[in-house]
Amino acid sequence: MAEPQRARPKPTPETQHFWDGTKAGELRLQRCDACAHVYFPPRPFCPSCASRKVSTFKASGKGFLYSYVINHRPAAPGFTPPYAIAVVELDEGPRMMSNIIDCPQTPEALELDMKLEVAFQELDDKIPLPVFRPAQG
Amino acid sequence: MRRNQVAVVGAAETTELGVIPNMSQLQLHADAALNAIADAGLKLSDIDGFATAVETPQQVCHYLGIKPTWVDGTSVGGCSFMLHVRHAAAAIEAGLCKTVLITHAESGKSMIGKLPRSIPADSLQGQFEAPYGVYGPPSMFPIPVLRFMKTYGITHEQLASVAVVQREWAAKNPRAMMKDPITVADVLNSRMIAYPFRLLQCCLVTDGGGALILTSADRAKDFPRKPVYIMGTGESVETPMVSQMETFNSSRAFKTAGPLAFKEAGIAHKDVDHLMIYDAFAHLPLFGLGDLGFMPHEETGKFIADGNTRPGGKLPLNTNGGGLSYMHSGMYGMYALQESVRQMRGIAPAQVANAKISVCHGVGGMFAASGTIVFTNER
Repeated sequence: MAEPQRARPKPTPETQHFWDGTKAGELRLQRCDACAHVYFPPRPFCPSCASRKVSTFKASGKGFLYSYVINHRPAAPGFTPPYAIAVVELDEGPRMMSNIIDCPQTPEALELDMKLEVAFQELDDKIPLPVFRPAQG
Repeated sequence: MRRNQVAVVGAAETTELGVIPNMSQLQLHADAALNAIADAGLKLSDIDGFATAVETPQQVCHYLGIKPTWVDGTSVGGCSFMLHVRHAAAAIEAGLCKTVLITHAESGKSMIGKLPRSIPADSLQGQFEAPYGVYGPPSMFPIPVLRFMKTYGITHEQLASVAVVQREWAAKNPRAMMKDPITVADVLNSRMIAYPFRLLQCCLVTDGGGALILTSADRAKDFPRKPVYIMGTGESVETPMVSQMETFNSSRAFKTAGPLAFKEAGIAHKDVDHLMIYDAFAHLPLFGLGDLGFMPHEETGKFIADGNTRPGGKLPLNTNGGGLSYMHSGMYGMYALQESVRQMRGIAPAQVANAKISVCHGVGGMFAASGTIVFTNER
């Protein structure tokens, strides 16, 4: 029997543009055309003012480390503990869960408020996952 | 809702708590229900309103042979039972039913007849959280902790003291799972689960259940037990995704439910004699003390570390030992309610002398939902 796999996202009609974006190397957010609110996760209306007129745009991919845990046990299938589960606050405002790559998974290395930039992790040939690494320069 | 119009007239936990390998989850519901019926001096046929979570009302009603005219299947996690109390009180006042039974049970440890919990890959959680390695509450619930600590200057030692103090309460409770004294050093040297939290800062995993029976305050005086009145109630939900909370510095659901209950009860914080704050993990009492308005969040860690919530302290908190030391079957809210009722009846193993008002605050999911009940034993 195959090893249990890491959980993979399965897009819905409302989130397809986001996952199409990661394939194109873009982190896509949505902005309300009526009130300019930027939000995540994706939906075809503004959760602030209820307008259905919203636009998708390419985010800067920059943000900072808002909070995290370093998970030791139990580890999720496909993960080798210890590994950090982070929440990143994007420069555009929304926050998203992610992993931090190119960085030791230790409290000393993972400093709150450290600047981060998006990268795309290939899980398989279908859906790359947005993850973050310490910002360069 | 008007205060003190509805009362708890029956309350009981399952006959055993802890590891119960000889009972399915459904039978645990029945065991708790039959104990509560006996406690209230009622027959099952007297029950005309029913509420439960996770299991459906039809499942438990059929098993027990109850024919209700009002049901509530609100299932928002471990505080569902606080919401059931609120909804039941409103239903009784509205005349939809007269005598409500609320049951909880979970075969959390033995996993007999327990419904599987899974996250579909096309749900929002499945797409935007699960791929990053979240795996059960220990990997999710503590995610806000480091931000909360940094914002308010809370220390690891203060967060460890939550577990130490609650173990002191558990030592006074014969039914508590964990009773041996522990120190801050013991907590900080226990096995790492999800940094910053270690084993002793995470709730137990046990089997058990509990049930409550509510009726109008006018009828309550004819029951064998001292009535415990519903003085105030509040509820709210925020988000099923911990990453999408408005802030990690507080819980919006807590800040909505708690003040609603205080306002309805017409009480101030100084009036509270006894307090339960659902402690699935060690940070929850700090969030609760701050979000319910007992003190600024900055002071919560020091308040607990200084011993103010321990036996003999000025604000007795989680007097059964809490989810950290008493028991935690997965949805602990029912056991917090049971302890508040015991305290108001004056029969708790670690009884707070002359306690007249008890606040019972619950959380569901990972800060996803909240419910608060204010109880009193005076009408």
